[in-house]
Amino acid sequence: MSTTQDPPRDPMARPARLMKRYEPILAILLAAAMITAAILAPWLRFVLTIALAKGIAVLGILLLLRAGQVSFGHAIYIAFGAYVVAFLAPTVNDAALLLALAAVGAGLLGLVIGAFVTRYRQIFFGMLNLAMSMVFYSLLEKLYAITKGSDGIRVEIMPIAGQALDRVAYEWVIFGIALGIALVVAILLRLYLSSPMGEALAGIKTRETRLEFMGVPARGVLLSAYVMSAVVGGIGGALIALTSRHVTPQLAYWTSSGELVFIAILGGAGGVLGPFLGAATYELVRIYAAASFADAWQMILGAVLLLVILFAPGGLWGMAARAIGGRGR
Amino acid sequence: MAEWFQDNGLLLGLALLDGLSSAGLIFLVAVGLNLVFGVLRIVNVAHGSLYAIGAYSAASIGIFAGSLGLPDWASIPALFLSAALVGAVLGPLIERFLLRRIYAQEEVVQLLVTFALFMILEDVQKLVWGVQPIENRVAMQLLGNTDVPFGADFIPYTNYQLFLLPGVAIVTLVGLAWFLRRTLTGRVIVAVTTDREAASAMGIDAAKIYLLTFTFGAMLAALGGALSSPTAALVPGIGAQTIVLSFAVVATAGLGRIEGAALTSLMMGLGRSIAVYFEPELEVVVPYIIMVLVLLVRPQGLFGVAETRRV
Amino acid sequence: MSEVLLQASGLRLAFGGVKAADGIDLGVMKGEFLAIIGPNGAGKTTFINMTTGYLRPNAGTITYDGRRITGMSPRAIVKLGIARSFQLPQLFVEHTVEQNIALAVASRDGIWSPLTPLLRPRFRDEARDLLGRFGLSAIADTRADALNEGARKLADIAMAVALKPRLLLMDEPTSGVAASEKMEVVETLARVLRDAAVTAVFVEHDMDVVERFADRVAVWSQGRIAALGPPTEVLNDPAVQRDVIGIERHA
Repeated sequence: MSTTQDPPRDPMARPARLMKRYEPILAILLAAAMITAAILAPWLRFVLTIALAKGIAVLGILLLLRAGQVSFGHAIYIAFGAYVVAFLAPTVNDAALLLALAAVGAGLLGLVIGAFVTRYRQIFFGMLNLAMSMVFYSLLEKLYAITKGSDGIRVEIMPIAGQALDRVAYEWVIFGIALGIALVVAILLRLYLSSPMGEALAGIKTRETRLEFMGVPARGVLLSAYVMSAVVGGIGGALIALTSRHVTPQLAYWTSSGELVFIAILGGAGGVLGPFLGAATYELVRIYAAASFADAWQMILGAVLLLVILFAPGGLWGMAARAIGGRGR
Repeated sequence: MAEWFQDNGLLLGLALLDGLSSAGLIFLVAVGLNLVFGVLRIVNVAHGSLYAIGAYSAASIGIFAGSLGLPDWASIPALFLSAALVGAVLGPLIERFLLRRIYAQEEVVQLLVTFALFMILEDVQKLVWGVQPIENRVAMQLLGNTDVPFGADFIPYTNYQLFLLPGVAIVTLVGLAWFLRRTLTGRVIVAVTTDREAASAMGIDAAKIYLLTFTFGAMLAALGGALSSPTAALVPGIGAQTIVLSFAVVATAGLGRIEGAALTSLMMGLGRSIAVYFEPELEVVVPYIIMVLVLLVRPQGLFGVAETRRV
Repeated sequence: MSEVLLQASGLRLAFGGVKAADGIDLGVMKGEFLAIIGPNGAGKTTFINMTTGYLRPNAGTITYDGRRITGMSPRAIVKLGIARSFQLPQLFVEHTVEQNIALAVASRDGIWSPLTPLLRPRFRDEARDLLGRFGLSAIADTRADALNEGARKLADIAMAVALKPRLLLMDEPTSGVAASEKMEVVETLARVLRDAAVTAVFVEHDMDVVERFADRVAVWSQGRIAALGPPTEVLNDPAVQRDVIGIERHA
């Protein structure tokens, strides 16, 4: 019996499969490129650490995108992780421990907020996340006695896992930690996405009711992904605080949340490397644009985003996939 | 209680008046956003930029008109004219060359396109008007003040904020309700909002309706900005503030009924201005608190209709 | 064959003024194939929706295996062993057919494993076996949104069967299936269900299918059961022929 209609041409299917196979090699190449760049130019070390931190956080956005949901407020977890570091640094005084605390704290915050926002979908989901992050932003801004408001809080260089380090060594170790966490989280996420839980998450996007009729609690699936996204957000935020060593409420502002979604789309939602490609490109373009066109860097970023969406759907990851897929033919 | 009123009555009165006038502005912007979202199914992040550009353009045009030696009364029609101009130029431009390319795309992508547009327009606005505050209060001063009786006291308040802003909002609300329910084009817009598939099956010229709706929504945003310009100095960032606030209004009101946007704008306007006078720390947060509370009770928004899926 | 698996008593449900269920009393026997026929709008799908927890009746009860299930969530009802398929197939359209089935297999107990692949041998083998029995092996790797209506329908039913239900409710399993393939498809389906000892209730518009596969037929009319009995008896009833089958043939 005839079982298919005209097969819909999915031009990305073949490249996407190829990419999946090359992903580990590409990950190693990307990591090697980052290390080389960091050795060659010390200022790049800083930029790339921030890019890795954001990439880790964007993996969380990727998870929610899988379920067809966009959070316009995930900067709340970045800011939360960063402020955990800033607040606790004087007492805890160990970067490794602070990272763990930020991850756990952000996860708990994600559980509380997630229990509420995962009841909603689409615009309501997006806007409620936005609302939460803006409330948090306002608190950071207004509670001057605790947060020093928009002046922000400085974070001093501190020991890592008990080792006291000088500035250069400290920055190298943080870079290494960021890279290590990025790899581990990317691998875990890759496994998760093709597991039943991850596939059910994707099912929320296409046919949520069916999940319920299969006995799968869709909200529970979404909530667990949401908590994971909060955890990686917290880790990303803590890394940003440890790197930039200055946290401000701006981290929680809605444009910062938009930036995360921006990076996710720029990188392409195809694979777990996309966020890192996207974040590195984003940070480099931003720094270049800010240096060369101080008044128009936002405009340049916006234009880049438009060009990517209109002419390179699938983002940088998709471009890479087409390049590889094309060559293989 | 009575004592509290003794001490704070005037403040409360002022807060109510402020709330009313700002609700008028919020409504104009939010109803535009709601309309565009309803028809195009795109959350237009750049809607706030249209507000900001409307405000700056109105101020510039007003100042220019003053320099030409036009009489002061001309400043009022100038506000409306500049809003119409901004909407009529930018609206079709954005719809035709940007949005039209992405109607078939995923919601996320659409959102990001308008976010990119927002980033671009924010910088365009800074490049054109700079970052120094711009002020042109002629229109507000022109209309003078009224002493509003409040208990035993009087609150002097500008006629511009007391009558013009809420007046325009009410005229827009009534006019829009009439347009959507009584005219053919209006009904088509409602049809597209409530049932896209059926509407396209009926052979509705979607392209025309989209263009029309988006342009009209852009005009409303610009009008909100233009009318706000005489009441405050213009600084960068007003676009961002506005869009976040109108998001909250649209999500709280739910899709569809414009009366929902009106009531929600009133709640948010009043809530915010009461916060300004009594708990200024809460000002920014109040709209979100209202939104969260409303959505806790009514997940589909105050006036939204729950989507029931047929299985 | 005389043991009651599902018992509906006095089910009532109105949407606005329309009575979609107006006192439904129906017992489904263990192991039987029960067909539901009747004109559109008679409340056939509503009955399935109430039984599976999607709609809650205004009055009346449904018991399953001696246990009251009225008011339970779809999720809880599935866990008791009642599965359904849909009039409009509800597939995960961005997944392949195999993934769809495997997800249904996994949802029985393996959904919460976050680090092992969905297509692990256990789930994949069971999914492939099921696809084989449904004659869908050739399209295992096709994305669900690329299927034609008939294949979509079968995949939808296969997903429900993958849940290993004791009772399966099917909403128009043969609509969308090409007329030339219909009997073959139903034959396959009936074999799979009998092999697994599944009790089946199905809404059907094709009287030939009903006559051949149903043990009993329930005739729905305006939210009520107008007739109930073996197909030969019910389908030859003049009143049923006039009021139901006549309408069906014209529809």
